Amino acid sequence: MIDSSIPEGGELATLSPVVSLSGVSVAYGSNVVLTDVTLDFFPGRITALLGANGAGKSTLIKALSGANPRYSGDIAIDGTVLHLSSPVLAKAHGISTVHQKVADGIVPGLSIAENVVLDDLANASRHPLRNTKQSFLDARAALATLGLDWPDSLLAQDAARLSISDAQLLVLARALRGTPRLLILDEPTSALTAAEADRLFDVLRALRDTGLSIVYVSHRFGEIEALADRVVVLRDGLVQHSSERPFAWHEILHDMLGRATELEQTRVDVRRGQGVVARVHGVPLLPAAAPLDLEVRTGEVLGILGLIGAGKSELAELLAGLARPASGSLELDGEPYTPKRPSDALRSGVVLVPEDRQRQALLPGWSVAHNISIPFLKISSALGTLRTSRETSRAREVIDSLGVVTAGPNASIDDLSGGNQQKVVVGRWLSASPRLALLDEPFRGVDISARREIGDRLKELVATGDAGAVVLSSDVDEILEVADRIIVLVAGVVELDAYADETDRASIVGAFLGARTRDQRSTHDEGHPK
Amino acid sequence: MTSAPVAPKTTSTGPTRPTTSLAERGAAFVVRWGFIGVTVALIAFFVITEPNFRTVDNVFGMLKFIAPTAIAGLGVMLAITVGGIDLSVGASAGFAVSIAAWTMVIGNQVGVVAIGVVLLGGLLIGGLNAFLIVVARIPDLLATLATSFVIVGLKLLIVDGKSISSQMSLSDGSTAPGKFTADYLWLDRGSLGPIPVPVIIFIAITALLWFILERTRWGRALYAVGANAEAARLAGIRVQLYRTVAYMGCGLLASIAGLLLGARIGQGDVSAGNSLLLDAVAVALVGVSVLGIGRPNAWGTALGAILIAVMVTGFTMVGLPYYAQDFGKGIVLLIALLFSFTFSRRRTVVTAGSTTAS
Repeated sequence: MIDSSIPEGGELATLSPVVSLSGVSVAYGSNVVLTDVTLDFFPGRITALLGANGAGKSTLIKALSGANPRYSGDIAIDGTVLHLSSPVLAKAHGISTVHQKVADGIVPGLSIAENVVLDDLANASRHPLRNTKQSFLDARAALATLGLDWPDSLLAQDAARLSISDAQLLVLARALRGTPRLLILDEPTSALTAAEADRLFDVLRALRDTGLSIVYVSHRFGEIEALADRVVVLRDGLVQHSSERPFAWHEILHDMLGRATELEQTRVDVRRGQGVVARVHGVPLLPAAAPLDLEVRTGEVLGILGLIGAGKSELAELLAGLARPASGSLELDGEPYTPKRPSDALRSGVVLVPEDRQRQALLPGWSVAHNISIPFLKISSALGTLRTSRETSRAREVIDSLGVVTAGPNASIDDLSGGNQQKVVVGRWLSASPRLALLDEPFRGVDISARREIGDRLKELVATGDAGAVVLSSDVDEILEVADRIIVLVAGVVELDAYADETDRASIVGAFLGARTRDQRSTHDEGHPK
Repeated sequence: MTSAPVAPKTTSTGPTRPTTSLAERGAAFVVRWGFIGVTVALIAFFVITEPNFRTVDNVFGMLKFIAPTAIAGLGVMLAITVGGIDLSVGASAGFAVSIAAWTMVIGNQVGVVAIGVVLLGGLLIGGLNAFLIVVARIPDLLATLATSFVIVGLKLLIVDGKSISSQMSLSDGSTAPGKFTADYLWLDRGSLGPIPVPVIIFIAITALLWFILERTRWGRALYAVGANAEAARLAGIRVQLYRTVAYMGCGLLASIAGLLLGARIGQGDVSAGNSLLLDAVAVALVGVSVLGIGRPNAWGTALGAILIAVMVTGFTMVGLPYYAQDFGKGIVLLIALLFSFTFSRRRTVVTAGSTTAS
């Protein structure tokens, strides 16, 4: 995957890559999350790294930054293959990383100057006594590379008092100390305003012009259009796409969201719902987003497609009683619906299969039956005393209806594969015959057979005609496979709302593109402060 | 991440049934029965070598001796069940000792009133802990450490820093109006048939807690809060409520432990309860591993207490000095922790010192 068409011509073509990966793979246990990635990063170029949730972006960054030494394949720096066994080693060889959460990179209680030179504090070869004067000098030198001139009085202040965009600049200045060859930025603008982001872009362009190679991870297409020289798309741990300017966005999105090779048949069994089970009325999903109106109908599976930050999880949380609408209102069965906590939602027949199975759904070490019965303790007991037979029969029902592969209701949940654990979680929530089932990324880490079984179970639920189901996902094909009606959500706004047989993959991807051009325009409208 | 046809993904459809080798099964056996084996061996050793050890009196004596520790340990167990810890049980028990004495001797009330006051005080202390941990979001370890100082200090202020005994002379020269009444002392000295009252209370509380935790939906919810608070919340469990109940239960049990302790001493000793905390926490932690269950449980905690009673009594009979006992207890606790955290295949749910999530 060597860049064949370098636009600037001969001068750059003679340059050798700063960092090149060949056949880099990462597996966690039997789960392969990065497969045979071969990429070159050239000096003076900004490479945008794109991919949906779980595509392998973070895994790739971890391997590159030395945070995950357990990769296979070769990473070569200036042509020399090295094993990047620690972040310190990676940094020593010129690979610097700015992680997504800026707050994690700031040590509150230490001064701004000390935060800039933080790496020195951990450096064993440095003099153990802290030299305040020297650290101020070093910090000023580092900040100067970004064109910043912060006075000593500011440098002496507690770093916790910095605004988020200044903190972003601080960690960037730190990353640039020791003149790195490759700078990795993971969603650097996620906490910045448009003007602050533009300020950062100017800095990045200036850095690129000094010959730095930059890897830029972002979900904002407008930014990438404005900044990047090259786009690399990861999906399912594979490099799906790599292209130079001008970017073919349609193709990029297609490669990022779809799994075109797998199934391309049109659905024939699209249901159309009759009644309305839930209604969202003028609720802004994100702080700055326009109010959203949305209808969930009974008798159909609604698929909501959106990337991270599109407001998917926020919508699910509103309906499941985890968050309250900032304004506007919710309706369930035509009645006002104001759940204060998950138990209220549960009583009203609204269930949520949360996004993060391990963190939000499973009870580790517990049996399958006990994992399934946990929301239904009241029904499973008489006079407060749990009835094992009720728990077991509910568990058997779930195991049978979803084809959970397990030794039985008493097997430990820990002994099940990821897909079967997910079936248990989905089955748990559907076993209550809910009015409205919300499934947030239900197919993540789930193999295709489990996906089919979960999809079938959902269709079975809505086929009764008085229940609605909502699947929220960032994968077009998952949505196309399971949903009767499809909504594309971008930045909290509905970009497309159509039944599956009225639309196709191209229109769905087009809905993202429509949003992108607006996104881009608004970035340009902000103008450059300098 | 979703699976792709191209990626050689092995998200198997079959359960990853561990092939239990002989060594693994052996280890599981040791984890399950090792601790009970040690206890039985210790008992056997003392029974053979010490004729006095095998008398019925001694058996009840040991159980009676350990009852306050065991009950306070059951309180700590409740806190551990919801993923927390309570370091104020020692102070709460000491508070109970002094307040019971103060109510009877200075307040001239009968024992029943004193018991009522103490139990109410225990609930209030538990409520305070719960407020600090659940509402004010102070990490449990720190909150209960702070309240234990507050409780001890408050106790000393109330009793003017003095131990209260029946008919003691007061600072103004007069004699205190009340005394330790018989109904209060019955808590220690009474018995039903051959069984002393403290032993009955100890066993009854253990059985009740076992029933609640293992057999009722409230117990299941308590365990769920400790196992995964976020999952429990999403399953409709009122996590904050259950944590509050657990800490209040802990306060109540600590005050019951104090009542038994006060009745045994027969006066409001200001230093009572000082040594209770470490024993109670140790007993609860031993309880996690004793039966190989890997989570806090009532019978395990009771067994842990009995093991300590056997050790202390036996060592005393053998003639080991009292100051060697702490060493023995420490070794037992260490072994128990090794079983829970190192050797056991199960995940142990003790998350003492965890900050309040959610």
